[in-house]
Amino acid sequence: MNISRRYFLKSGGVAMIGMAALPSFLQRAVAATAGLNKKKMVVLFQRGAMDGLNVVVPFGEPNYYHMRPTIAIPQPKQGGLDAALDLDGFFGLHPSLEPLMPLFRGNQLAIVQAVGSPDPSRSHFDAQDFMESGTPGLKSTEDGWLNRAMQTIPEEKSSPFRAVAFGPYLPRTLQGISPAIAIPDLKQFKMYGPQQTVEGGFEAMYAQTVDHAMRGVGNETFEAVDQLKKINPDTYQPENGAQYPKGRFGQSLEEIAELFKADVGLEVAFLDSGGWDHHVNEGGVQGQLSNLLKDLGQGIAAFHQDMGDRMGDVVFVSMSEFGRTAHENGNRGTDHGHANCMFVLGGGIKGGRVYTRWPGLSEEQLNQGRDLAVTTDYRSVLGEIISKHLGDRDLKTVFPGFANDPRQFLGLVKA
Amino acid sequence: MNKTIFRMRKRLDPSRAGFLAAMLGVALAAAAILAVGAPYAAAGNSETSTANISGAAAEEDSASTKLDKKFKGKLPITELTEDEAIMHAMNRLGYGPGPGDVERIRKMGLEKWIDQQLHPDSIDDSALDQRLQRYPTLNMSAKALIEEYPQPGQVIKKEGITKEEYEQQMKEKQRNAESQVIVTGNENLDKAQQQLAKLQGPGRIVAELSMAKVDRAVYSNRQLQAVMEDFWFNHFNVFANKAEDKWLLTSYVRDTIRPRTMGKFEDLLLATAKSPAMLIYLDNSQSADPNAVRQMDAEKAMRRARYGGAFAGGVAPTPGTFPGPVTSSPGSGAAAPVKKPERGLNENYGREVMELHTVGVDGGYTQQDVIQMAECLTGWTVREPRKDPEFFFDDRIHAQGRKVVMGRTFSYGGEKDGEEALKMLANHPNTAKFISTELARHFVSDNPPPALVERMSVEYSVTQGDIRSVLRTMIYSPEFWSKETYRAKVKTPYELVASTARALNAEVTITLPIAQWVGRMGEPLFLCQPPNGYSDKAETWVNTGALLNRLNFALSLAGDKVAGATVDLKSMLGDAALRDPNAALSQSIDAFLGDQIAEQTRATLTARLNDPQILQASLDDPVKQVNQGLIAGLVLGAPEFQRR
Repeated sequence: MNISRRYFLKSGGVAMIGMAALPSFLQRAVAATAGLNKKKMVVLFQRGAMDGLNVVVPFGEPNYYHMRPTIAIPQPKQGGLDAALDLDGFFGLHPSLEPLMPLFRGNQLAIVQAVGSPDPSRSHFDAQDFMESGTPGLKSTEDGWLNRAMQTIPEEKSSPFRAVAFGPYLPRTLQGISPAIAIPDLKQFKMYGPQQTVEGGFEAMYAQTVDHAMRGVGNETFEAVDQLKKINPDTYQPENGAQYPKGRFGQSLEEIAELFKADVGLEVAFLDSGGWDHHVNEGGVQGQLSNLLKDLGQGIAAFHQDMGDRMGDVVFVSMSEFGRTAHENGNRGTDHGHANCMFVLGGGIKGGRVYTRWPGLSEEQLNQGRDLAVTTDYRSVLGEIISKHLGDRDLKTVFPGFANDPRQFLGLVKA
Repeated sequence: MNKTIFRMRKRLDPSRAGFLAAMLGVALAAAAILAVGAPYAAAGNSETSTANISGAAAEEDSASTKLDKKFKGKLPITELTEDEAIMHAMNRLGYGPGPGDVERIRKMGLEKWIDQQLHPDSIDDSALDQRLQRYPTLNMSAKALIEEYPQPGQVIKKEGITKEEYEQQMKEKQRNAESQVIVTGNENLDKAQQQLAKLQGPGRIVAELSMAKVDRAVYSNRQLQAVMEDFWFNHFNVFANKAEDKWLLTSYVRDTIRPRTMGKFEDLLLATAKSPAMLIYLDNSQSADPNAVRQMDAEKAMRRARYGGAFAGGVAPTPGTFPGPVTSSPGSGAAAPVKKPERGLNENYGREVMELHTVGVDGGYTQQDVIQMAECLTGWTVREPRKDPEFFFDDRIHAQGRKVVMGRTFSYGGEKDGEEALKMLANHPNTAKFISTELARHFVSDNPPPALVERMSVEYSVTQGDIRSVLRTMIYSPEFWSKETYRAKVKTPYELVASTARALNAEVTITLPIAQWVGRMGEPLFLCQPPNGYSDKAETWVNTGALLNRLNFALSLAGDKVAGATVDLKSMLGDAALRDPNAALSQSIDAFLGDQIAEQTRATLTARLNDPQILQASLDDPVKQVNQGLIAGLVLGAPEFQRR
């Protein structure tokens, strides 16, 4: 059985009337055909510009301590959790990310430092938009890079869960002609009222509406709701003793693991986290940034643990619109800067290394005399994951206008 | 003024010079009218300016309805029917019609209704004021709110109690409030009452503010005023959970935004810049000139030396500063950093005031401009942010000397540096264009017609940013009333919730659950963290997750299942609708969509009427009754109702 509901929906109005009573074997068929044994990707966007220099700390760089008299993370100490955690003798992880250390030592976690978008904008809004569209500097791009990556496989075969954003909106990253949905809360993702009447009614209305923008949205929603009924999200239990942190970030990661395991055809998952814009009282080992990092570290570690062996098919990657000034500002915080760091995690990743072309932190090495310079284009990191992990996709379509030369890849995905 | 128009002209391509010349003439004419002080001069201006533009469209569409002059006055409506025009006006300049509204406006005349909306003070709103009395925090000062709803940490410290004891106190308060709830026997209502009674801490302030905001949209007769309040709050967004802001938002909405929604943009900009809420949200209260701080420190050190170290143990904090974390003092030796922290410049507000509030991200400023703008604003801070927050200019930390922002020099010294720099921004031609674009995007379409934006920008420049005049120019433009514009905007969650409650004539007694629905659809009120505010574009709100919640809300409210609200469809739709599903459907379509629905939607809905769930016998009444809530819910969930 190789026919999806979407196919039926598209085949015309006559079929529509009886749609509410569509036999469940057809619904099951969708799940059976989609997404099994496929490579998967999880994308995290950290909104607000994370201070990468206090996350992946260049403790071997004396300038770092001169520039950040009150917020710097001290050099690693044997067994000390009030100092950077040594990664490679030059870089250290913020101590609040301690849960990530086993993943780094186990060679599943790679870190890229001094990476980012080449566009000089210091506007959160523009820089996020550029990073998500995948075309820095070009405002007219209508779709997101991850949506374009999904466009290479024909729509008819796909599951409604193929591309999912966990949150209230579909982010720019996933917008485009390839179907993608946003799920604010998996447990609440159902229809109120008498099921067949309500779903049938709305489904038919939205399938046939002349309102083009509304039409596609409706179809995907009802398909997803139907399939989700079988999963019964209320009963999910994480495996291997994984404990997700409380809050939206942990919940989203848990839901991603749940959908991956349910084999509903989820291929790319997107989530975001906010609150990284620390102009005032950013803190060092303790404080505002540290609190966010605890959530980040515990969440990623729990996801990794919960997924277990399945991590072999998954790559997790994080990004933030730009970094922050190398100097701390007058309020024990940092202002908008340039380069940042990215985390790349998965069974197929050559981890245990900090990948960087380190630009240095002396005044003349800084971007515009104030920020860490970008020496690796974030599109090259994503391009490598897309081509080597997700399969041989057309990178010129995913990142138009960027020569994504495989020879320039950092080599963080196993061949 | 002539200078600004000249600058605008430079930005246009030569092919449009003719059009611009005409606009210039109009602008000067309007200026002349203004000079003699004629009231509503802007209306005359729009009328003249739009006449030649609308001419072509009107001729082309000559078959279209000719509306009664008494009804439409000088409004350039050529493509919409009378019903459509009323629905459109109520959906754009308000939160949609409730029962009887369309007839009322038909009788009174559309132009008159609009004119009243543009002058909200002329409209009686005592019923709303009465309703809002249930929220005592709305009239309280920030100081009173801090005293009444203190931060847990402050209470613990002040009363010398433990965290557990504090939690015990709060539980006691909650129990007290819950015991005072008068049980009504209405399950929906009692549930909401209990929920509200639990809110006894600082969270109560933002909850009441959110409830009042929803009430205003649903019940105010000053509909356009409510829309503008939402628009400007979103433009000058402040996040309730930033530092002290939850105690400051009540005053920000009431004293800063509300009185200035249709006045001069410059006044609004300056008021927000000096509001404790914004000063804290975008960190300007922390910003200081590093040189001035250094000098102050040196003087302090000298004094200390003179008094033989009497104050060595602890230096009194500078007024207006934020008690920060204790940092190592020189010589303590333990930690790596040994340099004393320097208080200094914070660029956050300096950047966002240009990018988001005035000239826009492509408004032609550089990183240097951001820094110099921030310098102009040094010293703009908040006195006693945790006790009695008030704007305070601290000259000691102000950057003296010459500052250059976007080519203009500011060297007045003192508070005037910031004021003049903000005034420059408010009256910059790029601000005229940016604000006009945002208004047109909100009121007309996601991608507003450039000619309309240009016309509004000219009006902005001519009137030195008079918001009411710009709105009037927009409303008196044919683009506002075009067929293309009709239902072109997707409702935000807040708009959807308000318009659904209005359409259903819901009596909302406890607004908390309804306000929470707005959040569940992705727009938690007063909780937008990034400074750009919530999106005003369709793609944000038309997505799977959001759509599902939108449909669920329609079903819940129409089915009378939302806590705290009561909907009486039986009396609204009439007797026939109780026995005949077809009658219920046509009544609903008429009531909620003004009978304007696509044939496909109507046919689909009609086909559902045979469903066994639609017509059911209840236990105590063998005669089958129509499930009106279900039918109304389906109609309110239709694609047509998602738009305004």
